This record gives sequence, C-alpha cells and structure tokens, in this order.
Amino acid sequence: MVAVLEKLGHTVEFRPAQTCCGQMHYNTGYQREALPMMEHFLEVFRGAEAICIPSSSCVAMIRDHYPKMAAHGDAALKRAVKNMLPRVYEFTELLVDKLGVTDVGAFFPHSVALHPSCHSLRSLNLGDRPAKLLGSVRGLTLVDLPDAQECCGFGGTFAVKNADVSAAMLSDKVRCVLNSGAEVCAAVDNSCLMHIGGALSRQRAGVRVLHLAEILASRDEKGVA
Amino acid sequence: MSTYVGDAAKAPKFQTAAKALVADTQVRHNVRHATDIIRQKRAKVVGEMADWEELRESGHEIKQHTLRHLDFYLEQFETKCTAAGGTVHWARDADEANGIIVGLVNSQQAKEVIKVKTMTSDEIKLNVALEAAGITPYETDLADLIVQLGEDKPSHIVVPALHRNRMEIRRIFLDKMNLSELGYKPEDLAAAARSYLREKFLRVPVAISGANFAVAETGSVCVVESEGNGRMCVSLPKVLISLIGIEKVIPTFQDLEVFLQTLPRSATGERMNPYNSIWTGVTPEDGPQEFHVVLLDNGRTKVLADREARETLDCIRCGACLNACPVYRQTGGHAYGSVYGGPIGAILTPQLQSMQHSQTLPYASSLCGACYEVCPVKINIPEILVHLRNKVVEQGDAPWEEKMAMKAAAYVLDSPERLERARNVGRIAQKPFVKNGVISHLPGGLDAWTSVRDLPALPEESFREWWVKREREGQV
Repeated sequence: MVAVLEKLGHTVEFRPAQTCCGQMHYNTGYQREALPMMEHFLEVFRGAEAICIPSSSCVAMIRDHYPKMAAHGDAALKRAVKNMLPRVYEFTELLVDKLGVTDVGAFFPHSVALHPSCHSLRSLNLGDRPAKLLGSVRGLTLVDLPDAQECCGFGGTFAVKNADVSAAMLSDKVRCVLNSGAEVCAAVDNSCLMHIGGALSRQRAGVRVLHLAEILASRDEKGVA
Repeated sequence: MSTYVGDAAKAPKFQTAAKALVADTQVRHNVRHATDIIRQKRAKVVGEMADWEELRESGHEIKQHTLRHLDFYLEQFETKCTAAGGTVHWARDADEANGIIVGLVNSQQAKEVIKVKTMTSDEIKLNVALEAAGITPYETDLADLIVQLGEDKPSHIVVPALHRNRMEIRRIFLDKMNLSELGYKPEDLAAAARSYLREKFLRVPVAISGANFAVAETGSVCVVESEGNGRMCVSLPKVLISLIGIEKVIPTFQDLEVFLQTLPRSATGERMNPYNSIWTGVTPEDGPQEFHVVLLDNGRTKVLADREARETLDCIRCGACLNACPVYRQTGGHAYGSVYGGPIGAILTPQLQSMQHSQTLPYASSLCGACYEVCPVKINIPEILVHLRNKVVEQGDAPWEEKMAMKAAAYVLDSPERLERARNVGRIAQKPFVKNGVISHLPGGLDAWTSVRDLPALPEESFREWWVKREREGQV
C-alpha cells in the first residue's frame, strides 16, 4: 500500500502509536474494552489529511460503530468521531474515489479470483472498485469466483467459537476458489485471506492468497510496465 | 404461569448441536438443495420489482410505527374484532395461552383439532398441552404434517421439513399412514397427504390457526399459504381459534398492500401466495360460527422495552434470512434448539427468554450481513446480534476463557509498546511450531484454528520494524 501510494506521488506517514480499531472486542460483546481503543485511535490519527486502511472490516467498524459508541460519550468525543469519519478511506476508496485512479501501473502476469469480503460488499458497498483496479493491471487475468458473495466463514472470533461451522463455510469457499481455476485469491481484507489462505496451504491446493495492495504494488522486474 | 420458547431453555449450546449437524451429510445436502432453490426463486421475483427498496422501507416504517403505539392498535383490534362477532383473549405467557385454548376446545367437547401452520403454537408447545388434555391435534400443512408424523422438530420457519428429502418423507408416510405401497413422485406423496387430511377437514369441528397479520382498523385476521389447507381450516369447522403474537398487528387494511407484496416474494419466491385468507369476526351462516383470538405476549413486551433490539418484532416470518444465512445453510434449523432458527431465531429466541437461555445463539453468526440484505422489513440483524453479545458479556455469562483472552488482548492493544513486546514474545514462542513459514498445530484451545487451517508465522521483520528502518535510512 505504501509503495502504491508513493508511486502515485503521495506522502505516506505511519504513526507508530496506532494499535487496533477495537473491532474484535466490539463484535464479540466487549464494548467496554473497545471504547479505549476507539479513543486511542481518534487520538493517534488526529489531524491526518486522509486515513487509509487496507481492511474493509476495520473501516466498517469505524464508520458503522464509532458513532454509536461515541453517542454514549461527551460532546468532545462525538465531535472527534464526526470530524474523523469523512477522512477515513478503505484503500480502494482512496484510490478510485479520492484520487481518481484505477490504473496504478502494476504488472502481475497471473490469474486472479477476487473474494469480495462481506464488509466490502454489504457494509462499505465497494461495488466494482477492487475489480476495476485489478482489471487495469497488465498481465493479470481476472477469473470469476463462483458464489463470490458468500461469506468465507472467518467472522473474527466466530472462527474459533464456532469452529465446525466456520470450517464448513471455509470448505465451500475453498471449493469455489479451486473451481475458479485461479492461481491467486485476492481480497481487500487480510482477515478473510488468513482464513482462506490457511486452508489452501493446509490442503496443499497450489493457490495462494494476496491482498489487493500486494498485486497493485507488483511491477515488471525489468521496468517495462 | 411461565414464559418459554419450545424446549429452547433445555437445548444444547449452538456449537455442540452444530458439530453433529455439520457431520450429517444428508441434512447438509437437503438444506443446501432446498435453500438454493428458494434463494434463486426469491432473487428472480425480487429482481423484477423496481420499488423493492421502497417497499422494504415502508414495511419497516409501518412496523416501527405500530410498535411505538402497540397498546393503541391492540385495543383497537380487540374492539373491532369483538364488534364483528369475535372473542379476544389476552395471554401473558405460553402456559396462559395453552390454558385458554385447551379450555375453548374442551367447551366444545371436542377431542380433535385441525391446525393451520403456526410457529407460534410450537413456541408455546400447544400440541403437547392439547395431547395432555386428551385432545388430538392434526397438522394440515404438508411440511408440518411430515414433522408431526416423523415425531420430529421443525427446522425452518416457512418450510419446517426442509431438512427432509423426498425419500425420507415417503418412508415416514408409509410407516405412519399405514400404507401398503406408495410411489416416489412428489404427486404420489401429495396425494397420500391429501387423502389422509381431507377426511379430517370434513369431520373435525375445531380449527386452530396462527396469523400473518391482524388488522387493527377492521379487526381482520390474515393467513397466507400455498396449499389450501389453511383455507379449509378457516372456513370448514364451526369453531376457529387464532393464536396471534401481539407483534402481528398492523394499523390499516391498506398496510397489507406492502406486506402482501414483500412476504410471498421473500418467503417462497412467489409473486403472490396461492391462498390469501382474510376474515373478520363471524359471518352468519358462512364459515366458523364461533371465532376466538388469543393475543400472546410470552416475552414480546420485554423485547419491546429494549430500544436497540425492538425491531426484532418487525419480523413477518418470511424466512429469507434463514435461506441467505451461510451458517444456517451448513447446519439447518435444529442446531438453534428453537422453533425459530437462523438469524432471526438467533436474536428472537434469547430475547423472548429475557436473555436467560439460548445465549450461544447471538454468536451463531459470522456477521456477514446477508440476512440484513434480504430482510423485507430491514431488521438490522447483525447489529442486534452484537448488541445481544454485549448483553451476554455484561451479564457476566461469557465463558471464562474468552473473558481472560479478551481482557489480555485489550491490555496489549491499549499500548503500542505492549503490542510490540507481545509480537517479540510471539516470535520466540512460535519457534517450535513453525515449519516452512506456517504453523500447522497449536496447543490447547488455539487448535480450534489450526485443526483445519494453517496459520502464517509472524514474520522476522514486522511492518513497523521495516518502517522504522526505512525512516532511519532515509534520514542518513
């Protein structure tokens, strides 16, 4: 993500004080524990021009749930959330909407299936942004993923709390990835990819997972592209 | 008196029940096959509606308005229904409703009743109460009949026998209808059910129904169905008793315009139900000459009291969220231990029981949002699931291992230094488990992950370390 944004001429800053948006705690029912994480997040990213996040579920946490958490707090907290929200972008939102770019000059000569993660699809409504970006990558063949909109079964703590059902859902997703004939399964969420990639690795399936940013950062080694 | 939802209070944890069902290849095949078909049909007929989103919004608004003024509309319904010759009874809970209904059947000296599909009657275990009083209930909905004859439990709120395939149903009919032979074709099975039921429609004097809608403005009751068994039950017997959850009331007759479009399309993928029965009180010399309504609370006012979850009561029981749910599709409805399975059951069942039982159900979801996307009254089920999880935790009912893990994680994540140290410790601790860059086995509870998936090892250099190094080099 850093490489892609810098190549486009932007200054990328990483604030080392950042930790976690609090999604895992919030979604598991530990809203009390998630609150300090939100406050920390607001403090760390104060004043940033654009906050770019390579995970749609983290963005969904911030956009959908921070306002609700802040509603229980004081006026300053409500203001801090309100001020921050318009500056929070999921990676493909930043590229396509804010920067108006779909071709980042990448080169990736492989067949790729895109797994549209649940939050990218149903919470952020990213639509065809990720596919547009992949479609502009030279050498890349985008293949159809059957039943693409089905959840992969990760679901945060769901994967361990309901391990059997999660594994059954994962099995469906892996079957679709293999049926697609792709060499790489890509997504805009590393959490789904850790889950899907973990099964592909275990099954020696010969398919790897990559975050969309890793593909967009790929270049022809001889510098032709 | 007591409030209960079927046998949900005694049901095993979701993950325990799900483990067995995930391993049941027949159930999984049947559920997948059936939900695939309904999903395709729904997608087709919803797709042809240009104003679908507006209809969803209208349905949501009508229900939310009604719930805000539920006291008014319930009393209006009672007044209108009574004026039209009906009798309205109020039941605080399951036991009270069962007592009223058994009393009404007994007052007719009837020993048998015919039933139109009503999940609410399963919620209050009405059949058990009737049988205990020496009254035989006959389910007349084909799927409910299959469940009843098979001494089974419903697994879907619209298609209760969805977990059964045709061959299994044939076996049940052969055994329980005392048939010497029976074909394999759907029409053979339908014909067997028809001749079994027709005789009862003509003979049994009391019918029990649920309701899809109760119209306050007119005192009318509406039942929609596909088989015509409902029409028989609400028109042939001389006495009709309708058991109605208090959330089923809607203000005006015109409001049906919205729901009679969204319900059939969402439920069975039909543009309109084959049978839409709407009746108002008693019509002299036409249909039942005695009509009773039992309005049931059974925990609903508790749901109503929670502002953040009350839209649970918007539900029109279409079952679209079950068909769309990737969790339900792997387990079927029995894993939920309740007459209400799937995503809506996962929020409704624990709430009806004042969050004292079925507390693993709010966790039976990956929060993928497919349920919310298809809901015809826009119930934000994922939000309510998270809200209920928070209640479970705040009540102190979360498992202790989880509490410890969450507290520890919060401690680490509250400080970047601690996060850094944890990563360093993890890098050392993972060493015995890493092979070719992945971890394939972890000890204890962590094996829930590695039993079916590899875990990427923590890298030698973290992003943070890479960044710091780069910054340093850049400054040189």
